Amino acid sequence: MAIVVERKRLSWLERTYLPQIVSGLYITLKNFFKPKVTLEYPDQYTSLPAGYRGAPTLVKDSQGREKCVSCQLCEFVCPSKAIKVVPGEISADSEYAYIEKAPSSFTIDMARCIFCGMCEEACPERAIVLQTEFSLNGLSRSELLRDKRSLYAAGGILPDKIMKWKKVKDNSELEGSH
Amino acid sequence: MEEKQRVNINVNGGEYSVEAGQNVLEACRGIGVEIPYFCYHPSLKVAGSCRMCLVSIGMPARDRATGALLKNEDGTAQIAWAPKLSIACGTKVAEGMHIVTDSDAVKSCRQSVLEFLLLNHPLDCPICDKAGECKLQEYTHAYGRENSRYVERKNVKPKHVDVMGKIMLDSERCIECSRCIRFCEEFIGRSIFGFVKRGSRTEIAVYPGGDNDSNYLLNVVDGCPVGALTEKAFRFKMRPWFLKVTDGICAESSAGVNTRVWSRNGEIYRVTPRRNDEVNGMFMSDSGRYVHLRFNDANRLRQPRIDSTSCDLGYAVSRCMEILKLGKVAIVANGWQTLEEMFVLGELSKACGAEVYMVSHLGEDDGKLVSADRTPNMRGAFVTGLLKDYPPADLSLLAQKIDSGEIATVLCLRENLMGLGLTPGHFKAAHIIYCGSLENPTSASAKICIPLRSEFEKEGMWINRQWRVQKFSKAVDAPDGIADDSRFLLSLLGEYTSSSWSDTSVRSIREAMVSRITMLSGCADVGPNGVLIDSSSFAGIEFPEGKAYHFKGQE
Ligand code: SF4
Ligand code: SF4
Ligand code: SF4
Ligand code: FES
Repeated sequence: MAIVVERKRLSWLERTYLPQIVSGLYITLKNFFKPKVTLEYPDQYTSLPAGYRGAPTLVKDSQGREKCVSCQLCEFVCPSKAIKVVPGEISADSEYAYIEKAPSSFTIDMARCIFCGMCEEACPERAIVLQTEFSLNGLSRSELLRDKRSLYAAGGILPDKIMKWKKVKDNSELEGSH
Repeated sequence: MEEKQRVNINVNGGEYSVEAGQNVLEACRGIGVEIPYFCYHPSLKVAGSCRMCLVSIGMPARDRATGALLKNEDGTAQIAWAPKLSIACGTKVAEGMHIVTDSDAVKSCRQSVLEFLLLNHPLDCPICDKAGECKLQEYTHAYGRENSRYVERKNVKPKHVDVMGKIMLDSERCIECSRCIRFCEEFIGRSIFGFVKRGSRTEIAVYPGGDNDSNYLLNVVDGCPVGALTEKAFRFKMRPWFLKVTDGICAESSAGVNTRVWSRNGEIYRVTPRRNDEVNGMFMSDSGRYVHLRFNDANRLRQPRIDSTSCDLGYAVSRCMEILKLGKVAIVANGWQTLEEMFVLGELSKACGAEVYMVSHLGEDDGKLVSADRTPNMRGAFVTGLLKDYPPADLSLLAQKIDSGEIATVLCLRENLMGLGLTPGHFKAAHIIYCGSLENPTSASAKICIPLRSEFEKEGMWINRQWRVQKFSKAVDAPDGIADDSRFLLSLLGEYTSSSWSDTSVRSIREAMVSRITMLSGCADVGPNGVLIDSSSFAGIEFPEGKAYHFKGQE
């Protein structure tokens, strides 16, 4: 059953609307003399706060080694299904053969990404990091599809304390350490 | 069936009646109390080596002198608890047994066992193919510590060891459960894996030299509770949590091994055994795991063709009917048709007066899970009335009849006529309609080719060597342009009979079949274990298979 709400009858002064107009103008006028908080973007730019979540990028360690091991956890956790990882194997003669696994392809669809940061949180290698780039645009959808190369180009280097790939390969290297 | 004896046990304070003769672990699982375990395997001997399944066990106390049961003051039975925890996998349930699985002692034992197992573990889950289905991962989550107290250096063991080109062995991940050793000794009947070195340096290794290969080797990958043994063909292909699992039946032979088909986005990544204690236990052959590779892009029939020119499916089917209408039809089929398809074929042959020629495909019976009949459903042809005797492996009779002009049209389903007695000359003399999933010499010179689905792209039922009707479901979608098998066959049938099939699904064929064939009356909805049918009316037929193999495992 519909409920009929009784409206308050407006007084004569209220029906002229003049008090409302005056009070609105008063607010406008007050702000007119306050300092400006807006920015003339893109001509002006400001620094972003720490922890800002911009576009996700892939990073390398201080040796220039790709840190991602294609575990696909970011792909799994990504709520908008923006990430696509194709796992691959590191060849046995590589210096980093001990790591065994690296992505053979890695794409993030920036048109889908919602900058939630879940991928960064899920990554066990700290290989995917949301950085400060926020102005992502292109003339087509495919331009917003970032492949491994452009993700690494955008990501740069994030030094790592642990060099897992440098692990001892033989117990004899450990002799005396027990 | 004889009534199994039962015993009364008390688990965590609750009274239950369970089947006698099982171990505590299985009994608790049966009543919904989970006991974690690594080394126990339902089909293998108990090793009792991992100690993950420790629980407190007590028995009703008895007076030493009289043997009478002792009672507490309140009249309840007095329980004599074992002073230390016992392994649930190696203890059989007994009348009056008391079991506690949630005490602090049990919890701390589980935690300590896990801590020991993880001491030298490389913790490389991100690059381990077992992650997501690893017992060590699951139990550490459920029962383990959240951090490590270990500060010394971890042991280094062989990694990246290739085992017979099929398996990648990583000794650092091994938790020394010995399941792989026991599987090879008990099921394959040969020692292939073994432990070397001692204490915390124990490693799993393959016997040097000698014949270490077996068509059942990959079962150790499924059995390994951790990622020490991983399948090379699946290595780094996909993480298991992305894969969709469907129930399948292995098409390798009439053994009818129950499988799980793991796929993502229409691609099959792996096939693993599904437990069915009546058929294959928990195992399957290595060759059966790769049956899906038969249907690869290179040899897939994708386009309907008439006289080697691609055409529209609807047009191909209507041409097909025109040719069949000319009469003198023979239908060639084999044991790869599903039961439902065979039923429709039977109706079709009756309706158009076609003779049915089946072709057998034989191989060696390995005495285990690959039987001599290399088709999954030859028995279905007997049940649906297509066959009276076991068929030969060639079609020389059909060839003669084409020569003599008795047969003018051959409707061939999933069979390669060339090489079975038919020559290119026969292809000229008769109209050959090839319907199948694969390109072969027959499809290359057939008059009409109709692409059909593979067994991974449809559902159906097969009857295995035990006369067990088993159902499989569709794992992936068929590529574009491929005919729906049941609809195609029903449209052929519809040309001859007045019975109209408004519903062309496999299910509706199954319903009709089950109501028409009394032998299959219990098969309208077969469960995961399949349904054994009465085969006494076929007792006189000689089948090529040896006795169905049952691996019971020893306790
Ligand atoms: S930030 Fe969020 S939406 Fe964007 S790729 Fe990562 S998980 Fe996906
Ligand atoms: S970026 Fe991190 S989470 Fe994603 S695949 Fe690579 S290692 Fe795994
Ligand atoms: S390799 Fe696997 S199955 Fe074999 S002993 Fe080690 S953990 Fe157990
Ligand atoms: S399961 Fe390993 S000791 Fe019981």
